[in-house]
Amino acid sequence: MIAASDKVEEQIDEETEFGFWLYLMSDAVLFSLLFGTFAVMSSNLAGGPGGSALFDMKNLATQTALLLVSSLTIALAHHAAHTGHLARTLGWLVVTCLLGAGFLGLEIKELSGFVAQDAGPGRSGYLSAFFTLVGTHGLHVTAGLIWAMTLIAQFLIKGIGLRMTSRLYRLTLFWHFLDIVWIGVFSLVYLPEFL
Amino acid sequence: MKQVVTGPIAEAENALMWQAFSLMLVVVVPVILLTLFVAWRYRAAGGQGAYKPDWDRSRIIEITVWGIPIVMIGILATWVWDRTHALDPYKQLPGAEPLRIEAIALDWKWLFIYPDLNIATVNQVAFPVEQPLSFRITSEVAMNSFMIPALGGQIYAMAGMETQLNLQANEIGAMQGRNMQFSGDGFSDQTFEALSMSQIDFEAWVNKVRSGDSALDQASFAELSKPSIDAPIAYFSTVPQDFFSRRVAHFMGMEHEHAGHSDGGDK
Amino acid sequence: MTENVSLLFGRLGPDALPFYSWVAFSGALVTLAGGLGFLILVTWLGQWRALWTGWLTSVDHKRIGIMYIVLALIMLVRGFVDAIMMRLQQAMALNSDGYLPPEHFEQIFSSHGTIMIFFMAMPFMTGLLNYIIPLQIGSRDVAFPVLNAISFWLTAAGAGLMLISLVIGRFSTAGWTGYPPYSGVEFTPGVGVDYWIWSILISGVGTTMTGINFIVTILRKRAPGMLLMRMPMFTWTGLCSSVLIIFAFPALTVSTVMLALDRTLGMHFFTNDSGGNMMNYMNLFWIWGHPEVYILVLPAFGIFSEVVATFSSKRLFGYPSLVYATTVIAILSFTVWLHHFFTMGAGANVNAIFGIATMVIAVPTGVKVFDWLFTMFRGRIRFEPPMKFTIGFMCLFVIGGMSGVLLAIPPINYSTHNTTFLVAHFHNMIIPGVLFGYLAGYMYWFPKAFGFQLDRKWGSRSFWFWLVGFLLAFMPLYALGLMGMPRRMETYGNPEWQPLLIVAFIGACLILLGIVSLVMQLWVSIKQRDALKDTTGDPWDGRTLEWSIPSPPPVWNFDSVPVVTARDAFHESKITGVVLSVAPEEEPLLIPRNSTVGPIIGAAGFCVGFGAVWFIWWLMFAGLALAIAAIIGRSFFDDTEVEVFPGEGAESI
Repeated sequence: MIAASDKVEEQIDEETEFGFWLYLMSDAVLFSLLFGTFAVMSSNLAGGPGGSALFDMKNLATQTALLLVSSLTIALAHHAAHTGHLARTLGWLVVTCLLGAGFLGLEIKELSGFVAQDAGPGRSGYLSAFFTLVGTHGLHVTAGLIWAMTLIAQFLIKGIGLRMTSRLYRLTLFWHFLDIVWIGVFSLVYLPEFL
Repeated sequence: MKQVVTGPIAEAENALMWQAFSLMLVVVVPVILLTLFVAWRYRAAGGQGAYKPDWDRSRIIEITVWGIPIVMIGILATWVWDRTHALDPYKQLPGAEPLRIEAIALDWKWLFIYPDLNIATVNQVAFPVEQPLSFRITSEVAMNSFMIPALGGQIYAMAGMETQLNLQANEIGAMQGRNMQFSGDGFSDQTFEALSMSQIDFEAWVNKVRSGDSALDQASFAELSKPSIDAPIAYFSTVPQDFFSRRVAHFMGMEHEHAGHSDGGDK
Repeated sequence: MTENVSLLFGRLGPDALPFYSWVAFSGALVTLAGGLGFLILVTWLGQWRALWTGWLTSVDHKRIGIMYIVLALIMLVRGFVDAIMMRLQQAMALNSDGYLPPEHFEQIFSSHGTIMIFFMAMPFMTGLLNYIIPLQIGSRDVAFPVLNAISFWLTAAGAGLMLISLVIGRFSTAGWTGYPPYSGVEFTPGVGVDYWIWSILISGVGTTMTGINFIVTILRKRAPGMLLMRMPMFTWTGLCSSVLIIFAFPALTVSTVMLALDRTLGMHFFTNDSGGNMMNYMNLFWIWGHPEVYILVLPAFGIFSEVVATFSSKRLFGYPSLVYATTVIAILSFTVWLHHFFTMGAGANVNAIFGIATMVIAVPTGVKVFDWLFTMFRGRIRFEPPMKFTIGFMCLFVIGGMSGVLLAIPPINYSTHNTTFLVAHFHNMIIPGVLFGYLAGYMYWFPKAFGFQLDRKWGSRSFWFWLVGFLLAFMPLYALGLMGMPRRMETYGNPEWQPLLIVAFIGACLILLGIVSLVMQLWVSIKQRDALKDTTGDPWDGRTLEWSIPSPPPVWNFDSVPVVTARDAFHESKITGVVLSVAPEEEPLLIPRNSTVGPIIGAAGFCVGFGAVWFIWWLMFAGLALAIAAIIGRSFFDDTEVEVFPGEGAESI
């Protein structure tokens, strides 16, 4: 009976993971359209400032480092859950949250700085596309943070089980996906301005 | 309004239409008749045809049903390639040096500028019969679509961008041109008179426009730009140099040569 | 923007009420009366509890499917009222203003298109997918039942926004495609375009989740032995349609969100000035918009395939061809979007390539028509109403296909674009292609869902009214388009157009009779439901698994999961006498419990939309917070399933 229900549970988790992959594909299309729009509008400065006048290399490097490291820590969290170590899972999840929050904090600081310099999203087509692309990524990170904190609470209540490991697995996928998107943002939006 | 006037573009587009239509009828009419015939012949209540409930494949039929559409689309595709290039709206028509006309869509009227004659008109455009016409088109407002149905062809008018349309009238007469793209309350009445006339009449018409004393300038253009429905025909005897290009440029702070790049979300 | 925005009510004020025209005012009254009437009726019948537990919180795919179709039929009526009002206006408006002021006429053509695509066709399709696909693949439910309920409620929230726009404020005047810069604040201030954006955005989120749900359902929950190449055609088309949804809908989300950002936060994606680029909108919109046509029409093709085989009492001809044709159409549908704006001034090479790509789609589509034709060939055809719709479709659809190929030829498009020729073309695809298919599916599967058949006579009447009405309404529009009549004309001055427009109006009146016949059919059938009872579960001598179970099916669908050994599995088992499945399982089955998450998220979605439209920010954020809280709350809740014992044969709901 227990074995049977485990099997059913495993099948449900497998279906959910497949569904989640499909969601990520759909989201990848969404981001690629945002990237495409950014490319189309990258020269539409309308007399406003461009990226080279706005971007700060140090900020960018810190943001990128935080996010890349968080991708590692969440993988460690998933590994810990997979091998049944609750405390370690929780620890790595908390570290991931802190890194993610640090990334978001820097992003908010950067974007609000632009707004203060009269380079907000309403300034030009270029800045509209920039804020929307970066902001959409930031909103995804925010959603990931809420999700991670929910999982921390659930790990505390429910402990480690098949269902919880599957949830963490999906969050890990999501987090890696956001990392890949960020690498896109980094190399297509920011980097050309420094070259 | 006489609508029988025609020109080479309209004639060619029309001919292509009937040509493609007839080709497709060769397949479509038999399909419709066959559908009705089969439905009748194999009806459950007293139908005559054989009943083979498990018959569901036939190599010959499969090849035919893929083959017929492929052949037909193959033929049509060559026509498309050839005719799309021949009837490219940006392509100048052969013959005499074209008359250059610039059209600006406003709410809800059309401003025409003759850059070589240094005159401008509202809601009326005149041209000599049998002379190629070369329109440059833009919009000051929402997207419009420029068309003189009797002459064929159609192209969008977009702010900050320039599109082109080459037309010609083969007969003398009056036509109606209009905006085809919905753009607000005055859309239904956003028409203009298109007059095809003899060379002599055209020269007289130009002189009539020139004899007026209103100039197209900042002030009169601002007045003209105010939204109005069914605006009367108006003439401007002089136009500043490069008026059209400057109207195109002022939207962007960047230069669009023409709107030939539909490079939006496709990557 | 100098609009007065208050903290509590945003820009909502007393002037939002529709006192600007008597027509709009009566529309608002009818909407209100309909809503109130429904509430009073449920209260009077004392059915609130039954409605709540049996339907609104249900996560049973069959109940959700029925709710989708009810929504679609209500919206069909609303969308049709818009249509006949337009036809009447144009029939009258020669050199006169008709009876509608321009602004109201513009709202009507915008809401007609929006409703028919997003809130009639999409829910109708999703409803049929929901009801039928799990039954056809021998599954007990969809992969994610609660997600399915959320999808439905988000669609309902979008439809609710659409309906409330008739009472509070105004709807968009920018057409169902919402082209900027006209749809920007510079040319269309006010809430209309925002209603349009948020209603399709919120329902679009639901649709995306439906797409994911059905891909997983079809690929992972098929009965043993149900190989891909044994799946019924409707399931195949549902799969292709779902794949198109998850790839295409992000483009709609992106284009409408950007338009909303332009309008609400003053960004410059599509404005004329400050570096906006409205051509980008058209690309994004049609990257969604063209696949959308196939999202709608492929399942209809699936229905025709089922219907034509069943009522010809014969195997579907060329099944592999039909499968390949479907997948080819799905893939090609992403390569043709530019044909919606050949007149934008792209070069001849670009236009020619997209024109040819478009015509290539005619090949697999043509193959399908031939395959249906050869399915009828050597069959025994029963002219039940679904079959009549199918034959009517085959004859009319090839005409629409022909006008489609003409429009795909760029030089012909230059002279027919934006004319009523285009309007006639896409109605020719969508009425016979999509709507006839869904109506055929509705009449075909109705006995499965309710246990009694629909009246045949009224069904046939409906078909003939739709058929003749369609011809009268749209053949004149082809002619008018060739005469140069633009679409969306509120008034006109060309006397040659009026006779044809009057004919088109008469056509619309016949379609009205077609809709009345649908209502009559339902009414008469319910009254005679005992005489029309389907006792066998297989009223049409069906071929696929859904006919192997009782009508209506139990909540768990299959007492025991069938084992499939062939295409047309049920038909095969009737011939060979081999039962599809072993005896009912001993163990109890787990079926998902009802969930309030669906209605809660629907309500939250509505608040988000309404708040965003009226700038009532607290409402918007409250809705967002409610949705997040509902999802998180749900994830803490483990006891999501309930045991049932199929052996006892008792209905649990």
